Amino acid sequence: MLESAGISTLCMSSALDISRAVNPPRTAFLDFPLGHTAGKPGDPALQREIMLEALEAFTSLTEPGSIKMLPFRWSEDNSWQETAMRERDERLPRLDTPQYQSEEDRRLAEGTCATCHPGSVEER
Amino acid sequence: MPVEYISRIRDLYLSLGYGTYKWTVNETPPPWRPLRKPLARCRLALLASGGIYCAGQEAFHYKDDTSFRAIPSDADIADLRATHFAYDLTDARRDPNVVFPLGTLRGLAQEGAIGALAGRAYSFMGGIYSARRVTEELAPALRDAVVREEADAALLVPV
Repeated sequence: MLESAGISTLCMSSALDISRAVNPPRTAFLDFPLGHTAGKPGDPALQREIMLEALEAFTSLTEPGSIKMLPFRWSEDNSWQETAMRERDERLPRLDTPQYQSEEDRRLAEGTCATCHPGSVEER
Repeated sequence: MPVEYISRIRDLYLSLGYGTYKWTVNETPPPWRPLRKPLARCRLALLASGGIYCAGQEAFHYKDDTSFRAIPSDADIADLRATHFAYDLTDARRDPNVVFPLGTLRGLAQEGAIGALAGRAYSFMGGIYSARRVTEELAPALRDAVVREEADAALLVPV
């Protein structure tokens, strides 16, 4: 929808087969475990490297639906891949009330918004 | 070899007695808009499905929540929170940049690799089981928001 509206888009991805099925205009694929689409926690240097490689796809990909494979490995071996999405359904219950990261967040959101960052907007 | 998530999810759901999930498969070529100027002169918008909100904003719920949050692009990473039912939140909560690379993008804008960031970055909770509601409710609203930002380009970060 964005591309049709005149905005060039790039999707990062850590699920190659899903990206192939969805077929967005441009994809930058990072072979990391789910939940790490843009890098490793606390490693801004690596996050920057990953992002530079990913953003390069805006110009290097010239065929709609192309996928750039980013040259990074999560670890020396690929043992994390053995158990990904296998054995157990690890999803949480689909509760229909706001699921705050902490009780303090709930108090901040539900009380007066004195600490809301000016310009932070909640869209529905 | 990258993990084959579609077949693993199919097998996992089958083994648990769930029905088969109907994956979206787009066979027609996607739309295509080349960048009209170098990235170093572009305004870039970030959109992420990892369920990021800012402290003070209402958190997402987990039952087809089609809302999104607009997060100021100068937000303190320490004020960002993550909530989602379908991925391990440990590292996203430790360092939101791994699913919402706002700090990373800010750094690259400061370096001059990106022209500028859009005034707001956007996040939603991507575990929405109704593809229809995504197409009819969430996607058009996000598109309108990003168009209002006057972004030249958008980076989509799924989980």
